[in-house]
Amino acid sequence: MTTPNGDRSDRSPWNWLLIVPIVLPLLPFLFNHDEPRLFGFPMFYWLQLAFIAVGVTCTTIVYRMTKRGR
Amino acid sequence: MEQHLTEIIVFTVLFLVVSGMGFVAARWRRPQDLASLDEWGLGGRSFGSWITWFLVGGDLYTAYTFVAVPALLWSAGAMGFFAVPYTIVIYPLVFLVLIRLWSVSHIHGFVTPADFVRARFGSPTLALLIAITGIVATMPYIALQLVGIEAVLKSMGVTGHLPIIIAFAILAAYTYQSGLRAPALIAFVKDTLIYIVILVAIVVIPVKLGGWDLIFDKAQEKFAASPAPGDGILLNANNQLQYITLAFGSALALFLYPHSITGVLASRNRDVIKRNMSALPAYSLLLGLIALLGYMAIAAGTTPIGKDNNTIVPRLFDQMFPDWFTGVAYAAVGIGALVPAAIMSIAAANLFTRNIYKEYIKPDATNADEAKVSKITSLLVKVGAVACILFLDTGFSIDLQLIGGVIILQTLPSVALGLYTRWFHRGGLIAGWVAGMSAGMLLLYNVGNPATGKLHFAGSAFPLEKLGLDTKMTIYAGVLALAVNLIVAAVGTVVARAVNAADGEDTTHPDHYFADEGDPRVKDLDFSPGAPKAH
Repeated sequence: MTTPNGDRSDRSPWNWLLIVPIVLPLLPFLFNHDEPRLFGFPMFYWLQLAFIAVGVTCTTIVYRMTKRGR
Repeated sequence: MEQHLTEIIVFTVLFLVVSGMGFVAARWRRPQDLASLDEWGLGGRSFGSWITWFLVGGDLYTAYTFVAVPALLWSAGAMGFFAVPYTIVIYPLVFLVLIRLWSVSHIHGFVTPADFVRARFGSPTLALLIAITGIVATMPYIALQLVGIEAVLKSMGVTGHLPIIIAFAILAAYTYQSGLRAPALIAFVKDTLIYIVILVAIVVIPVKLGGWDLIFDKAQEKFAASPAPGDGILLNANNQLQYITLAFGSALALFLYPHSITGVLASRNRDVIKRNMSALPAYSLLLGLIALLGYMAIAAGTTPIGKDNNTIVPRLFDQMFPDWFTGVAYAAVGIGALVPAAIMSIAAANLFTRNIYKEYIKPDATNADEAKVSKITSLLVKVGAVACILFLDTGFSIDLQLIGGVIILQTLPSVALGLYTRWFHRGGLIAGWVAGMSAGMLLLYNVGNPATGKLHFAGSAFPLEKLGLDTKMTIYAGVLALAVNLIVAAVGTVVARAVNAADGEDTTHPDHYFADEGDPRVKDLDFSPGAPKAH
């Protein structure tokens, strides 16, 4: 049970980590290239797919570090 | 039609099995009473991580996405891949915002974003605007789901509108009966089918075509040969800004849609939402791979039926798979259309019932009244969506959806920023909404497409040269309109404060935004009288 009049808030320094997956995919100069290819995928495609992993990692870390637990 | 017989049989059988599940769903997780809006429209707000994952995923990644995104890659190349950054950016972006909405909604019993705005800014007018925006933006979205089904039917040689009408009549019937439980249950099947189909597709098709290298090279050849300036397997100097603003703007818009909010509010507690925000990108990976089906179709020399690019993916499946598996793939797309369509119509119906019917038409409506009106409205919304398909041409419904994205974005200052700050004055927000909406329409009106000869409403890429800038760059019209909205809302707020205009009362309290399951103030079933409070 949690207390009704808790002084808890959403604030946590971990939240700043969420900025990484928001900013990375919006920087086309990072990924708008054909070479190097990976498994036949031009960089444009494999790097953006790789950003999904970055997104999952960052949100998972923030979730774990800010989870309230019961 | 004869040569597609196996496909049609597999498709029909799977479709009927799933529809049967929809009707049974009313009994699933044994609700006390479906005659309250909380139970019917939010599934009792008790969905855990898994169900929420399927529900929200089924909600955001629709059949239309699966058909239209590859079609866009097929015709325009890299630009169509915006769906990937879009679905990466969205989760960290809304991670913190939506849990605040969950908390405040569960304390006050909000079911819709307009409920929240009404309480936060003390303005029924603003709430009405938000509700109307939500309903109007949702309708073409539902219609698009039908476009997905239509593309599949067309590829099986089934023409005419009767099959679509039957499919939607079935959908309407089980949504009416089972509420949000139906799409939540069906989403399991839909996602399983889609995962199987896509995994097979991305392994089998590239092998048959001679490898990924060759697929990308063939695509490059096609775009090099085409006269269109914007296509290619990479972005060019002029469409990069469009790419990132479209990805960012669409991400902002997606979670403002009433149906996404419905899925989130139905989850059990804040941790369920957080966990989902980190697990949902699994779908983005799927979406990225599905997008590349467009290039596979180029390499395979697939042609659309007539001028309907949406038939590219179904045609590719037909070309590459044995008939029975094509039938499974088609069923995946068809069922994939039903889940979001059901959630969207429920969300639109909740908006109407709570923020228009109860607010303006019958203030003393009982819980049973609300549930009844909501059920009927959800039927009407679906009839409207079917009418969109029957009476408008397909191209136009896609443009309507683009407009939908731009208009739903105009609720961002009141809903998303409203969760963080009460600085805005209700008058400023209303002025901002009007300005943003007008600017958005004006911008879209001025987007033409020389290739199709359409002069107006032909896309969302607004050429900056029309603003007098010396450039060929384009930008997503939605973010420009949102900027206008924010500026006017801010100026309007300053002016309203300066002249001491009366502001509405805020009935929420800062600590309402942090409450979680277990807090005695968090209500689970406050709509149904006599129902036990779940703790």
